[in-house]
Amino acid sequence: MTPGSPADPPSRVDGAILRRTGLLVAGAVFVLWAVASLTFFAIRLIPGDPAQAILGGPGSQASQEALDQVRRDYGLDQPLLVQYLAMLGRLITGDLGTSYALKVPVAELLGAQLGATLLLATLALALAWLLALGLAIWSTGRGRVASALGEGIEITAAALPHFWLAAVLIAVFSTALGWLPPVATGTPSGLVLPVVTLAVPLAGFLAQVMRESLLDTMQQPFVVSARARGESALGVRLRHTIRHAALPAISLSGWALGWLLSGAVVVETIFAMPGLGRTLLQAVTLRDIPVVTGVVLLVALVYVLMTVLTDVVSRVADPRLRQEGAR
Amino acid sequence: MSELELRQTTVEASASHAVIRRRGRMPRAGTLVSGAFVLFLVAATVAPALIATQDPNQIAPGDAFSAPSTAHWFGTDESGRDIYSRVVAGTGTSLLIGVTATAIGLALGLVLGVLASFGGRIADFGVSRLVEVLFAFPGLLLALLVIVVYGPGPVTATIAVGLSTAPGYARIIRGQLVSIRSSQYVEAARVLGRTPGRILGRHVLPNALIPLFVLATLGIGQAIVWASALSYLGLGAQPPAAEWGAMLAAGRTYLATAWWMTVFPGLMIVGTTIATTVLGRAMTRRGRSGR
Repeated sequence: MTPGSPADPPSRVDGAILRRTGLLVAGAVFVLWAVASLTFFAIRLIPGDPAQAILGGPGSQASQEALDQVRRDYGLDQPLLVQYLAMLGRLITGDLGTSYALKVPVAELLGAQLGATLLLATLALALAWLLALGLAIWSTGRGRVASALGEGIEITAAALPHFWLAAVLIAVFSTALGWLPPVATGTPSGLVLPVVTLAVPLAGFLAQVMRESLLDTMQQPFVVSARARGESALGVRLRHTIRHAALPAISLSGWALGWLLSGAVVVETIFAMPGLGRTLLQAVTLRDIPVVTGVVLLVALVYVLMTVLTDVVSRVADPRLRQEGAR
Repeated sequence: MSELELRQTTVEASASHAVIRRRGRMPRAGTLVSGAFVLFLVAATVAPALIATQDPNQIAPGDAFSAPSTAHWFGTDESGRDIYSRVVAGTGTSLLIGVTATAIGLALGLVLGVLASFGGRIADFGVSRLVEVLFAFPGLLLALLVIVVYGPGPVTATIAVGLSTAPGYARIIRGQLVSIRSSQYVEAARVLGRTPGRILGRHVLPNALIPLFVLATLGIGQAIVWASALSYLGLGAQPPAAEWGAMLAAGRTYLATAWWMTVFPGLMIVGTTIATTVLGRAMTRRGRSGR
């Protein structure tokens, strides 16, 4: 690795960034295409007749005419390749098909749910960041006891399953203390428990990564020289090392958001909240395939966008990466 | 990144602390407690009757919903069954699901990892892209997809969890194998004219064995949490079974009145995850400090 010279003309750096962004976007499109294809062919493995499923399962005793009609309507009488290409074509236009169970367009159904889940996940991500940074800054470089305690808290937090943490929080804060509602009521107070449930385990994971990079950073010469200039221990942490602690956690945020969306399946079910997660679980139970496919694709889209975004943010937060990218 | 890679992270204390730890050969207190907990789990799996205080399926309607007491350490459920005994009886099932899922994930990860690190550039490219694509199904999503295809149930849930953890294993194993492949002893074997298959079987895999074992230890916690989440959602083991996730699901209805039905089975899941994480990390640290 040769360090990029600081005197690089700006146009060359811009070109490198453009090229990199182009590669990222191409990669993102590839991942989305692969996810769509994988899901399409996985769904074909389902035993039984899809036309039956659309008409309410084998128990519905649908007539032959009705089955034929459904097959024509949904294009199921076409060869697999034609169905596959038709599916890709529809996806490009944003058409995710029609729900088997609810008979409404999937895009409409999910569009109505996406906001609630993204709000939940974003709040949880922000809270997890706060908790993790606080824990990492507090427990680093203060001797063995604080470090062991910090590690203990992190491992425990990361081991908490959402469904159990949610139940315990409800038992304590709703049933025993009566402070917060046990189900989401649509008010801010109803969001507290779901957000905390999602945030605490994630904070455990993030704090580990932050603490590791904080420890590395604290041994860097610039930290020693800042201390020698008379900065307080806390001042050094807040002004100099926090940026380094945040870096690995930023690049983890794509993973974290995906993890939160998966966690939303459990949390939205327990707190009876509207959202993508609960919609997905209902669709899995009913085998409402277009809805399942739609949620999977939407989550993959969010994940892929987030991956591109974290890459860009990392580069903004860490000038070293920008020069490396110009290689 | 995957959950597994994060569980693997061990924060090294600063240099001076590392010296102190190396001098004192005593394992940490946390490692000992975790070891003891795992021994308890093993005992509960092998001989549940010795550890349980009562028959886990003994119905006693008169005792329904008793709070924890000396007679019923963890209380009783809606049919008066002893929760402690049911938790002990469920250990075998829950661990079996967790271990099987981990084995499936690890085996798939190993196949992909070997293919990527020894199959040439095209295979490496293909496997790496596949793993990237699978990462776009975060967490339980891949497992839910498998369940849609094959229907709910404990066996499907186990396979589903195994499949959804495989990409994480594949990536870590690939990294480990690549570093072993570029080591001097492998180069020496190659210079001596050994065939690739023999190098893989005689040199690479034996050296990857211990890291794989560590990885599996760390992964079991994750597998148990995910499998019990599926049970909790009604897609894995079903409530009459004394599986931890299914017990939690059964307790959900009575959360407001009988918190112990939820708290104790969950504590077992949390305890198992913490214990396997602590042990896995202790082994990682040992491996890293060259012993």
